[in-house]
Amino acid sequence: MWTYIARRLSQTVIVILGVTLISFTALHIGGDPTFLYVSDRATNEEIAQTRVRLGFDKPLYVQYLTFIGKAAQGDLGKSLKFHRPAIDVVADALPATIELTLFSMLIAIVVAIPLGVLAALRRGSATDGSIMILGMLGQSIPSFWLGIMMIMTFGVQLRWLPISGHVPLLEPMFQGDFHTAFANLPSAIYYLIMPSLAVGVYSLSRNARLVRSSMLETLSLDFVRTARAKGLSEYAVVINHALRNAWLPVVTMIGLEFGFLLGGVVVVEIVFSWPGIGRLLFNAINQRDIPLVQACVIVLAGIFVAINLIVDLVYARLDPRVRL
Amino acid sequence: MTQSHPDGPFIDPAAAGLADTMVALPPQRRGDGWRRAWRSMVRGRWPLLALFILALLILAAILGPTISPLDPNRQNIMTRLEAPMVADRAGHVKFFLGSDGLGRDVLSRLLYGARVSLLVGVTAIVIGGSLGVALGLISGYFGGWTDDVIMRIGDIQLAFPFVLMAIMFLVVLGPGVFNLILVLGIGQWITYARIVRAQTLSLREKEFVEAARALGASHASIMFVTILPNVIAPLTVIASFNIASVILAEAALSFLGLGVPPSVPTWGSMLAESRDQLIANKWWLAVFPGMAIVLTVLAFNIIGDWLRDFLDPRLKSNG
Repeated sequence: MWTYIARRLSQTVIVILGVTLISFTALHIGGDPTFLYVSDRATNEEIAQTRVRLGFDKPLYVQYLTFIGKAAQGDLGKSLKFHRPAIDVVADALPATIELTLFSMLIAIVVAIPLGVLAALRRGSATDGSIMILGMLGQSIPSFWLGIMMIMTFGVQLRWLPISGHVPLLEPMFQGDFHTAFANLPSAIYYLIMPSLAVGVYSLSRNARLVRSSMLETLSLDFVRTARAKGLSEYAVVINHALRNAWLPVVTMIGLEFGFLLGGVVVVEIVFSWPGIGRLLFNAINQRDIPLVQACVIVLAGIFVAINLIVDLVYARLDPRVRL
Repeated sequence: MTQSHPDGPFIDPAAAGLADTMVALPPQRRGDGWRRAWRSMVRGRWPLLALFILALLILAAILGPTISPLDPNRQNIMTRLEAPMVADRAGHVKFFLGSDGLGRDVLSRLLYGARVSLLVGVTAIVIGGSLGVALGLISGYFGGWTDDVIMRIGDIQLAFPFVLMAIMFLVVLGPGVFNLILVLGIGQWITYARIVRAQTLSLREKEFVEAARALGASHASIMFVTILPNVIAPLTVIASFNIASVILAEAALSFLGLGVPPSVPTWGSMLAESRDQLIANKWWLAVFPGMAIVLTVLAFNIIGDWLRDFLDPRLKSNG
């Protein structure tokens, strides 16, 4: 187990280095990055000063080493617009993004499993057919468009759900104020429903299809037949025996799912004016606040890598074959 | 365990369901295969529908400028936000699908948008696919450290959410069709490289490769002439799902304003502009471009599903 952990950790370090290298390359690929930091009307002298101040006059490898050296200490530069360390600005937006991602993931798992099981049990029926078609459709809808359509239908027309806004849930929790967090819960969910459905529908559809096919496979195995032969109720056979094995592929996907969800969150946050990293990133892009764009991307990628590491370690703990 | 998702942002390894073991079908007479494919499509019904949608789309992309009723960029403040199918005083319907906030014709913009989506989708796949196939062949054929280096680079790229990478490069490079295609294409290579590598690993030990070597064929000729034709089949499945996900990614990036310049109408940027009219309930601005994206992506996904079942019937029972 320890060698596995050590190997997996060293892989993670390499990946993180790769991430910093990619974002460093991105910054320099368009030529002298100084011009990203100065206004169009800057004089030559101003440009030269900025270049020296930001260290862009030094050789590339020195710049890269300085960059990772600082990044390792949590210094990702100063946001040009907020005049604060970019990492702090990102940290402020982080809880809202995590809330949205987790809630989407919850929907994607909790709704998908019964749908997938139902489709597998009624294989070939109209129910199965409709679930599969909806699943296919769900994988073809851009999350941001679904968001827009929901806003138009349930927000503007029917006025059932709020079209924007956010009630903090994790932020009070991080500050140790669980009472406020708990009191906020109902209204927080109210605001979360539409954005998290928009983000989660892709994963939901995929999970439903995944559960269905893995359920069909499990149901045809010998131990299920044995369970039936023992005279167990159909419920016990399906839930206790088959489903327990059938949802493993979904568990395996959770780490990856997080990456897909993060990608979706970035765009959906803009549609719902959700105060998370996605909207921050969008605004930073429009204001060409390069250090902030970089900080957003590095933090999001870091979270993604960390989650994958955790999922892999948990999985290795559950399934000894992985460690071999 | 190394994570092994075979692709970029949106694609779907599970739905793609591609086992590394998926093997090329035994060679058949040409006409035979096409007839079998057509019969299987007709039996499936949905693939036929998908084919029809794609045919319409390709027509729209090619004939766009000829059949579009108006100039997609002509602004007219007098005719802004006209609802679809509303006749003017003379009884003429000018905007079949309505007009946008600048008085531009939605239908014409949709038709022009088809060009961008298809062009970007197909070209990105061609670039990413060629790069991936070449690197996968080299990786699997030579093995050793070459293989290690190529696959580790791929691992790093996969460990990094693709959309974020695309955003970062496009912010610095600036929006534009060429940059967009390049970024989306490079984002896809590893998907192809992994599958081609796995196949090459098993194929290079086969007798027919041995025979080619014995006849004195060069490495390049063995890779591209002897091995390559045998790995194409599973790639078509991947490519089909991949085009779908690239079109989705293009729409998302255009929506963020990182796609093509504003003078080029795209479905994603039309949706971005529709947000301004959301509260005013100008539904046609959002509904039509969205439907265009969904139908296109759906069609490619259905074709991919069908191709997978068709090429590897073993997977079919599990749907």
